Amino acid sequence: MLRLLKTLSVLLLLPLAAAAQDLQSILQTHAEEAASPSRQSVGTMLDDLASSGLPEVANFLEAYQDRDVWQRTTDGLFFYAEETEDDLYTLTDISTGEEVGTAPASEMEQVRPNGGVRREIAGALVAFQLSDPDIDRRRTAVEAIARSPSPDQIEPLRRSIEGEADPALLDRKQELASILLALYGEDSEARIEAIGALSGELSVEARSVLNQILSTEQGVAPELPEANIARVLVPGRQLTEAEAYARLVEEDLAPPAPTDDDIRNALAANIEGGTVGGLPVTQLDDPAARYTAYDALAAEGTVPPRVPPEARAAAVESHVFFEAYDEPDPAVTDAARAALDEVRTRVGFGQVADLTLDGLSLASIYFLAAIGLAITFGVMGVINMAHGEFIMIGAYTGYVVQQFVPNYTVSLIIALPLAFVIAAAAGIALERLVIRHLYHRPLETLLATFGISIALQQLAKNIFGTQARPLTSPSWLDGAWIVNDVIQISYIRIAIFVLALIFLGLLLYILKRTRLGLEVRAVTQNPGMAASMGINPDRINMATFGLGSGIAGIAGVAIGLYAQVTSEMGANYIVQSFMTVVVGGVGNVWGTLAGASLIGGLQKSIEWLNPSNTLAAQTYMILFIILFIQFRPKGIVALKGRAAGD
Amino acid sequence: MTDATETASGPGYRGPATGGERRSFIARNPSVLWFLAALALFTLGVTILSEATGNGALSTSFVKTLGKTLCLCLVAIAMDAVWGYCGILSLGHMAFFGLGGYMIGMWLMYARTEAIVLESLANQPIPPTPAEVEAAIGSQIMGVVGGSELPDIWAFAHSLPLQLLLVVLVPGLLALVFGWLAFRSRVTGVYLSILTQAMTLALSLYLFQNDSGLRGNNGLSGLQNIPGLPSTSQAWISISFFWASALALGLGYLLFAWVVSGKMGSVIRGIRDNEARVRFLGYPVEGFKLFVFTLTAVVAGLAGALYYPQAGIINPAEIAPIASIYLAVWVAIGGRGRLYGAVIGAAFVSLLSSWFTGGGAPDLNLGFYLVQWTDWWLVLLGLSFVLVTLFAPKGIGGLFDLLRRRGDPDRDGDYGPDAGAWRKEEGEEEEITR
Repeated sequence: MLRLLKTLSVLLLLPLAAAAQDLQSILQTHAEEAASPSRQSVGTMLDDLASSGLPEVANFLEAYQDRDVWQRTTDGLFFYAEETEDDLYTLTDISTGEEVGTAPASEMEQVRPNGGVRREIAGALVAFQLSDPDIDRRRTAVEAIARSPSPDQIEPLRRSIEGEADPALLDRKQELASILLALYGEDSEARIEAIGALSGELSVEARSVLNQILSTEQGVAPELPEANIARVLVPGRQLTEAEAYARLVEEDLAPPAPTDDDIRNALAANIEGGTVGGLPVTQLDDPAARYTAYDALAAEGTVPPRVPPEARAAAVESHVFFEAYDEPDPAVTDAARAALDEVRTRVGFGQVADLTLDGLSLASIYFLAAIGLAITFGVMGVINMAHGEFIMIGAYTGYVVQQFVPNYTVSLIIALPLAFVIAAAAGIALERLVIRHLYHRPLETLLATFGISIALQQLAKNIFGTQARPLTSPSWLDGAWIVNDVIQISYIRIAIFVLALIFLGLLLYILKRTRLGLEVRAVTQNPGMAASMGINPDRINMATFGLGSGIAGIAGVAIGLYAQVTSEMGANYIVQSFMTVVVGGVGNVWGTLAGASLIGGLQKSIEWLNPSNTLAAQTYMILFIILFIQFRPKGIVALKGRAAGD
Repeated sequence: MTDATETASGPGYRGPATGGERRSFIARNPSVLWFLAALALFTLGVTILSEATGNGALSTSFVKTLGKTLCLCLVAIAMDAVWGYCGILSLGHMAFFGLGGYMIGMWLMYARTEAIVLESLANQPIPPTPAEVEAAIGSQIMGVVGGSELPDIWAFAHSLPLQLLLVVLVPGLLALVFGWLAFRSRVTGVYLSILTQAMTLALSLYLFQNDSGLRGNNGLSGLQNIPGLPSTSQAWISISFFWASALALGLGYLLFAWVVSGKMGSVIRGIRDNEARVRFLGYPVEGFKLFVFTLTAVVAGLAGALYYPQAGIINPAEIAPIASIYLAVWVAIGGRGRLYGAVIGAAFVSLLSSWFTGGGAPDLNLGFYLVQWTDWWLVLLGLSFVLVTLFAPKGIGGLFDLLRRRGDPDRDGDYGPDAGAWRKEEGEEEEITR
């Protein structure tokens, strides 16, 4: 094989050096191997083919591998053949690719290379494919190497790097070359250098290669052997006494100790006339009695003796338990460990960045869901338990619009304002019909709106059914923005983030720069005084409630785009929205923003610390919020002075 | 409260003429006697009609439903005391109820599994050691969540007295700690409601996990089989639990009638109507609130411990925040600020609810649409609840006021936030005791 590689390298360095022979004549010099190749003999022929530098060799090898090459028995020449009629083959010249006539089936014999030979051929082919003018074939060849790396691919890969024109593929090839060298490099220096190059990578592939180099095997011996030891395991710390002893038994360094189960089974097998080992069976519900009976049996020689705990401890004590690297050279493993640590640090930074993005995205959803609740709570002092159902109304609006408008982009453009209008109308109706009559009775408002909430939820269930409805996002929102292997975020989440920013700006503008905003702020601070100044609090209440509900409708469309639309979706977000309002502080846009960021970030961080268990994450977050309220009962951004009301 | 004596002058005011000396607790609270009499009559009726002790007109499962309803009435009284009298809209009392159920369920499940394990191990040639029994029970109970050992929280499950103690201690301590944290930082009103809801959600989410040690969303099951009574029929078990529930309800009614009457009752109602004023008068408001909150939580836990052996199964969904909100709905529909109102509301709405959702109610044909009550009951409940809040804040209990021509109490100044909970007689009690 090495010889093949050397000739290949010669070939690739001097592609047009020797074109003395044609393909057919090379084959004829190795006619016997070519017609019935074996794994041992085919190498010489492949070497010759490769060194010939003929451009058609790659095609031939592919056909050879696919069993498309036939030999004419009359003169021994090789052709590509295809059965065009019954028992009649059309022959194609292997050099020129022209049709050269037909031959009856009796004169043709298929060349059937076996599996081993085909692998040899594939190895030879890689060299051709890596330098193929077609970029797709080069890519396929590179990925084939990545899937099953082997030492003999190093040279062809390195040769092909020099001629590579595509920058992305060049990077990929260099990375792959480092990986191959790190795994199979000739000497330690070359491998250490390649491992050093890998420390700059973030990919899962590079990490798994480094881990592969650092793979260990556990062992036990009376004394620490001469090997590349990763670490020594101390019984009682890194592994339990029982595990340690079990390993000793596995290595035949200690006699097997019968377990309590073994003892029970042995006793059960040796019952004679109601007694076993001299003890009546009825007394054997005590572990000590069982041991006595078993020892009696062992003394008779019917069962292997028990190993007392002291003997087990002594056996464990007199051996060393260790983990040894499979790689014998400590310099290589040290380099790999250092590289892996560096990669892990970089991955850690990447994960922090990714987590921040995730947290931001969740925060923007919570912000959209909670801001409506926050301003109505701030202005009117009532908690609207049906707020989640306005989110649901918005999402179902989006779903219904998609049933009528098949173009997802257009339907989204229609759905967003429509969801705002419908949810706002529902909110205003709720305010006029119910909440208006319950001012100054906040607890009863909470319950009455809860009644609305269960009625609306059940109504949605009756209309749309219990199964989840899809709200499909337009194709330009599919996919994700991928920074590297660690940091990525889907476009939908970016869009929701932008939407949240837009509404943040819009609300700030309305509240700070418009007449309505001025009046809203006045009513928030002191409704009585505002009314004396000629502001109609009734109108302001209605307007804020409509605005808050409308934004919930928009949030519903946004949430529906990445989650399913169900009748319970509002209920899933309502508690988080309450938390956002409570943590952020009432009646303040910045407060809600702070609350949403805190809760979103916190939830993602807890999930990251404990990824297997999102339920636990929510539990801990709620506990945190309950404690947080201890220190800032009015939220992060509390209204101060007279504006605080009490 | 001499101030109130001078200003109280409404048409229903009976004045100090009837109250020169201290009268007995029953005489001051005639509704207690009426309630206990009605409960006794009801219990007698069910006993006569049940399968085990009477002519069998009521099926065992219906007796169980009635017994469960009595437990719900008990927790509703507790809710009324904390909300209708003290003004704390707790959305967490069903969590305490569920915790009580879990605590008794642990013993029921452990003891029953132990009996099953002992029976199956008895067939083996060698009698089992205690450790083997323990291991078999562990894998039997925790096998469903992939475990084989009982976690430490099951340490007391083998003993009924210890576990009964936990029925009281676990909800009580949780309420004490949570209430202390919440009340000391002056969290009130809707903030407090949301916070209790968060606590309930956290608890139910925690119990939903498989590694919570309480079998995750499988919950505890087979609780209707009482260990140690293998030959007793379910008919007898159901009527026994019915009696126990009725007794607990009667005692609970007496307890809370006592708590909310007299001087302490006045302070508690004062906190509901104007917390700041009571604080300025020098009363330790936080202490009173914590006392009421914790006491009601303990009673809720006891009610749960009686409820779940009759229900047979408990899982974390029973603790979800929605259950506690329904509890508030029952009390609101029955009428806040009167204990019998809570009982009426809980019994009426929960029985009606199971009648509608169980398919008992006939479908309503509107000509163009067939209303199936299994689908539309929640819509009806939600809307009627809104209507009750808007137009009849006193709930069903308000009808009794109409009968006895009682209106709102005559008070000067701000009436406080909770119009649904006022009653005329509240203003009079104190003068009567002088």
